[in-house]
Amino acid sequence: MSIFDIVGPVMVGPSSSHTAGAVRIGYVARKLLGEEVQSARILLYGSFLATGTGHGTQKALVAGLLSMKTDDYNIPNSLEIAGQRGMEVVFGEAKLKEAHPNTAQLILRGVSGRELEVIGESLGGARINIAQIDGISTNFSGENPTLVVHNMDQPGHVSEVTSMLAHKSVNIAAMQLYRSNRGGNAVMIVECDQEVPEDGIRWLEHMEGVIKVTYLSLTDKEGKNGDGQ
Amino acid sequence: MTYHSIADIIRICLEEDIGFPEVVMRVEAEQRMVNTAEVFEIMRGMYLAMKKADAEYDKMLTSPSGLAGGDGERMRCYNETGNNIAGAYTGLVMEKAIKMAESNACMRRIVAAPTAGSCGVIPAVLLSYAELFGTDEDKMVEALFVVAGIGAVIAENASIAGAQGGCQAEIGSASAMAAGALCYLMGADVQTIGQAAALALKNMLGLTCDPVRGLVEVPCIKRNAAGAVNAITASQMAMAGIRSAITPDDVIDSMRRIGNAMPSCLKETGEGGLAATESANKTNVT
Repeated sequence: MSIFDIVGPVMVGPSSSHTAGAVRIGYVARKLLGEEVQSARILLYGSFLATGTGHGTQKALVAGLLSMKTDDYNIPNSLEIAGQRGMEVVFGEAKLKEAHPNTAQLILRGVSGRELEVIGESLGGARINIAQIDGISTNFSGENPTLVVHNMDQPGHVSEVTSMLAHKSVNIAAMQLYRSNRGGNAVMIVECDQEVPEDGIRWLEHMEGVIKVTYLSLTDKEGKNGDGQ
Repeated sequence: MTYHSIADIIRICLEEDIGFPEVVMRVEAEQRMVNTAEVFEIMRGMYLAMKKADAEYDKMLTSPSGLAGGDGERMRCYNETGNNIAGAYTGLVMEKAIKMAESNACMRRIVAAPTAGSCGVIPAVLLSYAELFGTDEDKMVEALFVVAGIGAVIAENASIAGAQGGCQAEIGSASAMAAGALCYLMGADVQTIGQAAALALKNMLGLTCDPVRGLVEVPCIKRNAAGAVNAITASQMAMAGIRSAITPDDVIDSMRRIGNAMPSCLKETGEGGLAATESANKTNVT
């Protein structure tokens, strides 16, 4: 633990779990989508649902979806900003079983029509866990550049991904594999020490048996959209 | 170099003949693999963010729940009358603590130290000191390393989260951190800094986290003022040479055990204590 987890972070209040953590969930989901959000269904669970309004949790999640960070002065105004940008936002209650008390389910569609569903948990102290992507369980913090590959459960895909990373001199910090059932849909979560170059990601997207590639970059640049706050 | 207790920090200070802030700074720099100057500048950023948050207090704001707002301004007006018998420094500390905690409830930008709910204690104690005694900025940043070192030891050996340890872990920790820093600013040796932290935390043991509606407002905001003033009390006892019969590390360990023994209805669930009262139910908020 860094001393700047003790004195810090600089954040918009009132709660590190219900506000700052919620911004982080929205932010990571937006990064995973890889483009500006056109419409978002935001479903809350547990304490997020019960005390979210008083903690500004809804505003915080939308702020994150607008690429705001936890110290952005505009977090309280995020709903208005989303409206000005034509982002459709609908709130509701998440019907989940046995979830973490501070959980949000985000069902997103991007400006190009790309779809993504993320379930994020706020663990306290602004730390989060991405618990599900597109219905498959995951477990990562969003603190490292993270590559998420959805593929058919077939031999060889792990090797393709790791070879690409080796070729690009990207070191793997942690790696997890999940699948819905044998031979069905699988997902690979690769947390890295370095950023994965864009051409490596494009290459993976064209592999046979790879269904979808999502990437969480920690750099602000994303090229085309430029919706930085 | 590394430390896991207040005793470790004191030992390193004596062995290496360096100050409390220096130990904390060096360990952080080693972990990040950067030089100490870089770490110092990050901490200066935290100090400046606290200062800015204090200056940006808006007396017109109320929280989304409607439960909080305007009390910092009430305190300021009262201090201005000269009737506050607590004295200029303590009066200003109360004012700044309430202001910062209200700003937090009103979705303003603050520095979580150690948490958002307890964000008023440390800036109140430190910024008021700098304002009244004209201490230079570098010295104040050094004091924040004392704050961070004490906090890091508490986080490692007990907790700084209300959901885990109750309010003692949040306002209690903040108060201990601030008390040590205040002694540092007044030129105390490392043992006295440790004593101040022990005395402050001891006075906050057992404090529950039972906020109304689960929001960081009632009783959190006013308790920031109490935690800040407790830091003054503890630091001045330590400066007078009063010693805690229980060592700082044993006090921290007690806090952990008390936190574990606390029922969950008193640990940030909004189900017990003040949150379960009739008056809490009358607060018509969402």
